[in-house]
Amino acid sequence: MTDKPIVRFDKVSKRYGPLTVLDSLELDIFRGEKVAIIGPSGSGKTTVLRMLMTLETIDDGVIWVDGEPLTHMERNGKLVRADQAHIRKIRARIGMVFQSFNLFPHMTAMANCIEAPMTVLGMKRQDAEARAADLLDMVGLAQKKEHYPSQLSGGQQQRVAIARALAMRPKIMLFDEVTSALDPELVGEVLQVIRKLGSEHDLTMLMVTHQMGFAKEFADRICFFYQGKICEQGHPKEFFGSPKNDRTKQFLHAVLEAG
Amino acid sequence: MGIRTLIVMLVASLLVIAILATQPAYSLFLPQLLEGALLTAQITVLGALLAVVMGVLAALGKLYGPAPVRWLANIYIEIFRGTSALVQLFWLFFVLPQFGISLEAYTVAVLALGLNIGAYGAECARGAITSVARGQWEAATALNMTRGQMLRRIILPQAFVAMIPPWGNLFIELLKSTALVSLITLSDLAFKAQEMNQTTMKTIPIFTLVLVIYLAMSLVITIGMRYLEGRASRGLARGRTV
Repeated sequence: MTDKPIVRFDKVSKRYGPLTVLDSLELDIFRGEKVAIIGPSGSGKTTVLRMLMTLETIDDGVIWVDGEPLTHMERNGKLVRADQAHIRKIRARIGMVFQSFNLFPHMTAMANCIEAPMTVLGMKRQDAEARAADLLDMVGLAQKKEHYPSQLSGGQQQRVAIARALAMRPKIMLFDEVTSALDPELVGEVLQVIRKLGSEHDLTMLMVTHQMGFAKEFADRICFFYQGKICEQGHPKEFFGSPKNDRTKQFLHAVLEAG
Repeated sequence: MGIRTLIVMLVASLLVIAILATQPAYSLFLPQLLEGALLTAQITVLGALLAVVMGVLAALGKLYGPAPVRWLANIYIEIFRGTSALVQLFWLFFVLPQFGISLEAYTVAVLALGLNIGAYGAECARGAITSVARGQWEAATALNMTRGQMLRRIILPQAFVAMIPPWGNLFIELLKSTALVSLITLSDLAFKAQEMNQTTMKTIPIFTLVLVIYLAMSLVITIGMRYLEGRASRGLARGRTV
């Protein structure tokens, strides 16, 4: 970990009409860091990821990636709203895995993984396939590469989605409640892949999760969101061991109660 | 209805035509009617091609075009959907020459009917495109695709499957509305029938044959679309071969 953040939310706000989803968020994430974002529903945690993936616009503030503005660009020494070309340039460093997988249903697992490397990065089919084959092997689906999403279980689909995102070689990976849509017995296989990713790659990871056990064991830092703000954050040991904020205590009590 | 039943119906209607052709009272009219049917088929096929191109372009223009393109697409859709095909035919055939643009009747027939059906088709296409799940756009965005790449590679291949059944309806509409072209001097199936009916008064054989010929042609369309639908939804589980 270095001192220069790879992602910086600089007083970022997001509003839907009168509703403020995120209120002047300040958050630095460092290279290689694994950050788990937790909090009650409606606390803005998913919005953080979606803004970073540019799936949502922001109303105030600036998001920085690797020292460059993502949502803005410099023109005559001033920051103005970024155009599509600029967004695409910076966005190339980020990948995302979704709660509902969002695989392309008309393509096999392999085709899902080579589509963007070929169309976006202009890779040759051979090279893209070699890369995809490695990744599908890494997520344990070497045997399933000719299968269509409809022929795969939820856990398998999600692992393909992880391979698909990694095929673009992002520096930052976003995981948005990636096990929430899975049957309980399939959660483990997906978490196992994420664990492996964490230990083998120098990826920066941001995950919104309800898996407290996983967050505790895997993350370097826990951020607890409440009503559009970071209510408390810290190393999992302190965070779960001796939470300071009352909201955090209430939340943890409620989730741990539920098992 | 299963595709097998449809094929049985098609074979049956062709058999009926073949059997009637052995009867002198019917066979007399068949060559002329088949000649008319050929023109009807030509106008239907060319009109359908034009309709598909216009429908998809207008839908894309209306959904994603810059403001002027959106207006153009809207104006096209509203004019050609909001006025009758007959008036469109007459306008292109009788009014346009007053402005110095004279088109052949055949060209006018394909243009007017193709544009007319295309306007309806545009709304089918728009519905199909917007029905593709938002998550598909988001996944493509997360993979840093351009808008054009998303549409071409991700959205349209899925939307086409949803477009096929309503488009099948429209093609049958198109086939039937070709009867209008007899009013701008073209000798299509309906025109041939009327003409021979007026001179011979043999209403029963003439219009029985015409009915079965139209039915056979529309069955060909239905079967074709059913086949496409089967292939495309298999294709939805197939796509790019690796």
